[in-house]
Amino acid sequence: MTFRDKYEIVCGVETHVEMLTKTKIFCGCTTEFGGEQNTHVCPVCLGLPGVLPVLNKEVVNLAIKAGLALNCEIADFSKFDRKNYYYPDLPKNYQTSQYDLPICKGGALEISVNGQKKTIGITRAHMEEDAGKLVHSGETISTSVSSGVDYNRTGVPLLEIVSEPDMRSIDEVLAYLEELIQIIDYAGISDCKMEQGSIRFDINVSLRPIGSEQFGIRSETKNLNSFNSVRRCMEYEIERQAELLDEGGQVVQETRTWDEGKGITLSLRSKEEAHDYRYFPEPDLLPLVIDKDWIEKIRETLPELPSAKRERLQSLGLSEYDAKVIVSWKPMANFFDKALDNFADAKILANWVTGDLSGLLNAKNSSFEESPITPQQLVGLLKLIQKGEISGKIAKSVIEEMFDTGKDAEVIVKEKGLAQISDEGELEKIITGVISANAKSVADYQAGKESALGFLVGQVMKATKGQANPGLVNKILRAKLSE
Amino acid sequence: MKVINSSLDELHKLLIHKEISSVELTKIFLKHIKQKEPDLKAFISVTENVALEQAAATDKKLAANEKIGILEGIPVALKDNMCTKGIGTTCGSRILENFIPPYDATVTELLKGSGAVLAGKLNMDEFAMGSSTENSGFFTTANPWDLTRVPGGSSGGSASSVAAREVPYSLGSDTGGSIRQPAAFCGVVGLKPTYGLVSRYGLVAFASSLDQIGPLTKTVSDNATVLNAIAGHDPKDSTSIPFIKPNYTQFLENNVKGLRIGVPREFFGEGLDPAVEKIILQAIQIYEKMGAIIEECSLPHMEYAMPTYYIIAPAECSSNLARYDGVSYGYRAEAEDMIEMYKKTRAEGFGQEVKRRIMLGTYALSSGYYDAYYLKAQKVRTLIKEDFDNVFTRFDALISPTAPTVAYKMGEKSDPLAMYMGDVYTIPVNLAGLPAISIPAGFVEGMPVGMQLISKHFNEGLLYRAAYAFEQSTDHHKTIPALLGEVD
Repeated sequence: MTFRDKYEIVCGVETHVEMLTKTKIFCGCTTEFGGEQNTHVCPVCLGLPGVLPVLNKEVVNLAIKAGLALNCEIADFSKFDRKNYYYPDLPKNYQTSQYDLPICKGGALEISVNGQKKTIGITRAHMEEDAGKLVHSGETISTSVSSGVDYNRTGVPLLEIVSEPDMRSIDEVLAYLEELIQIIDYAGISDCKMEQGSIRFDINVSLRPIGSEQFGIRSETKNLNSFNSVRRCMEYEIERQAELLDEGGQVVQETRTWDEGKGITLSLRSKEEAHDYRYFPEPDLLPLVIDKDWIEKIRETLPELPSAKRERLQSLGLSEYDAKVIVSWKPMANFFDKALDNFADAKILANWVTGDLSGLLNAKNSSFEESPITPQQLVGLLKLIQKGEISGKIAKSVIEEMFDTGKDAEVIVKEKGLAQISDEGELEKIITGVISANAKSVADYQAGKESALGFLVGQVMKATKGQANPGLVNKILRAKLSE
Repeated sequence: MKVINSSLDELHKLLIHKEISSVELTKIFLKHIKQKEPDLKAFISVTENVALEQAAATDKKLAANEKIGILEGIPVALKDNMCTKGIGTTCGSRILENFIPPYDATVTELLKGSGAVLAGKLNMDEFAMGSSTENSGFFTTANPWDLTRVPGGSSGGSASSVAAREVPYSLGSDTGGSIRQPAAFCGVVGLKPTYGLVSRYGLVAFASSLDQIGPLTKTVSDNATVLNAIAGHDPKDSTSIPFIKPNYTQFLENNVKGLRIGVPREFFGEGLDPAVEKIILQAIQIYEKMGAIIEECSLPHMEYAMPTYYIIAPAECSSNLARYDGVSYGYRAEAEDMIEMYKKTRAEGFGQEVKRRIMLGTYALSSGYYDAYYLKAQKVRTLIKEDFDNVFTRFDALISPTAPTVAYKMGEKSDPLAMYMGDVYTIPVNLAGLPAISIPAGFVEGMPVGMQLISKHFNEGLLYRAAYAFEQSTDHHKTIPALLGEVD
């Protein structure tokens, strides 16, 4: 018997999102990633004696926007608090965060796993400052003789989004994260560059006997930064906890850390060792009062969100799968929507966007943002097919040429003489030649061997380098052969 | 004697009438500092070169017949918790002994902009925690009226230096009385402005919701002149308040007719030295004679001000001082590992009183105690504010002693609680964020007595008016410490 038959998984996630502002949350330093160590710093974010924070209003705007996108209530009165703990990456040894009065409360988002829809609650979302980064002299902290601190990231604005413990499987967790990140991405809250640490997850997992109402004791694994790590970490944690419970033991409430190399979680600190953060209201900042007008102004800037976009695409005839694929990648969805402005057949467009164009981009390790073919150019190509000027097969070679040269489809078709031959007189001449050169096949066809026709069509296409209009070729051939 | 005893107006006139150059004037003060410092120890650092450079710049302007501002070319000294770019700012602590700020506090910037001549940085109780400068990490400053006595604190250097005429004026900071009490002990004028009137940017924080910078001067008029230069909204300080700044010297009017002055009975109770009380009662009579309306009143929650303060201030300090960990600046102790380094750095870097308050504050904020201490203290703080709001519907100002005694002997108050009680009349004002001024009101056995006037938020003008009228009708501010007799 595996744990799956015995235990139910209960999971909640805290997601830290670096917000997409030009400057830091409490000072004017740039938030740009990757600068030389300790160059994006000033007395304020270094926490030097005497400095004071000034709240970046753009951070509040983005937090409100995220809250609205996640169906949260935006608090008309919220405040900042100090979370006190010692760590060298935290220059003031407290983090200015929000404790009991966060800016966003009580939201939700919908996930879909194997066609099953489910609502996941969002407990809250709050603003806080990011910490710096420790740079160890060795491979790991334990093998290093010294460590330095890079404060470039210190004070980059974070939004911490806390979910309800509503997820019951790894798939649900991954679906939640995917949906959450899409919303954050579409709403323009973050650049969502997970490889740069723009988004980090803390995963809370517990098990309980199937049928039990009570939550089991949970562990919290901190600082995961990829879906793959989340999946592996959860797999490990679930096995670890199930084994403990199977042996009649107890899970310890604790904070754990994920060792990516070894693929295991390790205890960081137990409940007894847990920090007492000694939260208290930040005396250097005034409470944050947000009126209705402010919220409405932000609401007006909200773009179409992923769930609405998927519904719209499905209403245009796309399959649930295609809609999901297109929306899952904002640049692709943007490209698709731009093309859709000038091309009515969404299904055909979807096939080309998710098929040929995606394939070409993937092969070049490129993305829709850098696509050498513009949405308008793709529409140009599809219209040539629609008008019968080129065949679908020719179009596949034209799109490659477009991709390599950036030229319009019409130009390529003209330059290379790729236009479909729809001139019946010209086709008749070619077909007559093919008939006289393939007496055996003609005889076979006339003897009732239908497949011989295919061979003859192929010969015509060969003779025209594939440019003959296949419908016409069929029609003329049949007519000639039955003469 | 004439120069060092001059008011800011007089010094300004000497300069613009070219009776003396700024360099000459600065040299007089620097020489006086050099003479008096061995006895007083008011300065942590004297910035002679910086001072002479600024003075020379002023002289250049004067030579070119350019206009100069009222503070231009005149020396000033700052309490050593105000950041000065490129000049050590120790906060009176070993832990910041070698800290040189890469930036200027807003007040420093404002004074530089006014052409002020920075003569040095002044001694203080470590991180402004104390009432005598005995908690300075370096040395104790003496009171110019009696070198065996304390100058008060925590802005003891700021008060002592002005009383001894080492500088014409100084800036101090006041969290629970740290400008007013030393002003009282040293016989000078000290203003704690309304919370939010003067920017705290660059003031090394002790208790953020209470700290406020203010001027210490020889006269009320000088005080108003300095406040003109440092008050104002600062976008770098979110708690500084946007307001239309008046010209504070316009309030200097020798007229208190009809002014309603309340005498809070809670400020005249147990613990008040009868000799000090007598002086304050005499002052009240002077106001009455001048036509002010005097009436007793009550602030019923005052007895809770002290315990409230000793929860809120240490709580904020425990967090504000967490950054002194030896990681990126300040003192660092050598140790085997990081945690040990933290512990040793803070154990060796901080003095007793600072450690005591960090522990008090950490405890008050701890999980399970927060509601009983910090939260409750915040609620009582609201009640204290309301007490003041109530009396200010009937009164323009309140009058009280600044401190219950005159300056005591060094080493006399070895019990911290006894020291804390000395701030009983000043602390409620900080909790309520109100402006208050201490001015010389008389002497007890040769030691100055300070009188405190308190008013509504942003009512500094009224305080100056009331203080000025009193000053004009008395001679206390003209009395000079005997120590200065030897100066010429």
